[in-house]
Amino acid sequence: MSGFGIKELVDVLRASAGEEEDVNLEGDILDVDFESLGYDSLALSNTVRWIERDLGIALPDEAIDVGSTPRGLLDEVTRAVARVA
Amino acid sequence: MTAPVVTGLGVLSPNGSGVDDFWAATLAGHSGVAPLTRFDASGYPSGIGGEVKDFDAAELLPGRLLPQTDHMTRLALVTAEQCLADADLDPRELPDFAVGVVTAASAGGMEFGQRELEALWGRGGAYVSAYQAFAWFYPVNTGQISIRHGMRGASSAIVTEQAGGLDAVAKARRHIDHGTPHMVAGGVDSALCPWGWLCMSRSGRVSTSTDPNRAYLPFDVEASGYVPGEGGALLVLEDPRAADRRGAPKRYGSVLGYASTFDPRPGSGREPGLRRAVELALDQAELAPGDVDVVFADASGVPELDRQEALALAAVFGTRGVPVTAPKTMTGRLLAGGASLDLAAALLALRDQVVPPTVNITHPAHGELIDLVTDQPRELPLTHALVLARGLGGFNSAMVLCQGED
Repeated sequence: MSGFGIKELVDVLRASAGEEEDVNLEGDILDVDFESLGYDSLALSNTVRWIERDLGIALPDEAIDVGSTPRGLLDEVTRAVARVA
Repeated sequence: MTAPVVTGLGVLSPNGSGVDDFWAATLAGHSGVAPLTRFDASGYPSGIGGEVKDFDAAELLPGRLLPQTDHMTRLALVTAEQCLADADLDPRELPDFAVGVVTAASAGGMEFGQRELEALWGRGGAYVSAYQAFAWFYPVNTGQISIRHGMRGASSAIVTEQAGGLDAVAKARRHIDHGTPHMVAGGVDSALCPWGWLCMSRSGRVSTSTDPNRAYLPFDVEASGYVPGEGGALLVLEDPRAADRRGAPKRYGSVLGYASTFDPRPGSGREPGLRRAVELALDQAELAPGDVDVVFADASGVPELDRQEALALAAVFGTRGVPVTAPKTMTGRLLAGGASLDLAAALLALRDQVVPPTVNITHPAHGELIDLVTDQPRELPLTHALVLARGLGGFNSAMVLCQGED
């Protein structure tokens, strides 16, 4: 377990890329794509680099995909953490 | 060239945010120049500046924009919103390429850049924000304003140091002439961070006085340089027919003429380019010197540059031939934003038929050459105003405005 879940992801999104006003990041967003959450590729790039840095992991370039979802990104994180362990 | 009409104004100034507060403070002689609070300036040669007060970016801007913007861009975005609202112009209701934006910059997002460079050298590349890619870039204000409001018409950025506040408006005027009917233009700038302050201090032109009321005294025998400030103004300029078509509610005035010149090589002994800029701008406006009712001076605060400006004005208008003012004595010089704020002040002066004062001047240095409006506003009939700006490195610009539509 990385201990990095949706709550931690939302914290990083807010800190690294900010928050869209009409989107509720506290809601059920696991399967909502990042574009619909208001994040473009640069925002997601910032978020992904931040996670890599804090967890000491490397995520594939495909992790920066605005068509992906928080669940998809968290799965990538879990796999990356397993590779390091 | 069709004279574009100014249909909206946005202002963030050290002595007042919003057109009404700025203008009331300016007529009352209220200064926004004070000891710096944004950072500890105690280790620097000077510590007096014009900060925009009570600016809460988190309150004024969407959360998504905060991690990707320097302070100067936040100021510019709020100013842009103001001027569009004042003009009752929503670019998204107009055709895709009908609205453009031109902003002036001096150095880009210095504070953002400093923070990211500190992260790079102090903690490593992994700590540098991806937004560094554009947040410290000099055209970033144009880009962010364009994206936020859906303005896809002809757009650009101008870097001519402190002349940029006029040059950006002139560029917008050319875009209107070439067929983009609505433009947002001007400068909003800030470099009030340690890195920016160091760069400005090194110019040798920043006053080292510790008294906010004595630090920036253009055209005074005690002139000792200038005080840097932040903020500026953005104007909505439109083809007058396009403004009529969409029913624009206001007409502050029109841009009748403009010229920019470059100074001769330093040490050449030849005359600086300012007088030529004034004459060319008047030619373009098809006006004689006697038609100009007020001059908003560049007012460097560096004694030799003040003398050059006074000589240029006396050469064109005759000695004490026209009232001259420098309300920027209440704000400091706002880098690329200063001349745009002077355009706003000049348009408001034309609207209200009153010349705002130059404050803190106790011993005019060039009283035999220029009629400086000091202490109190001066009411008089005003039809045409001339705004001057000079930028470090030899830039001179002059813009002629008239009341209402041409």
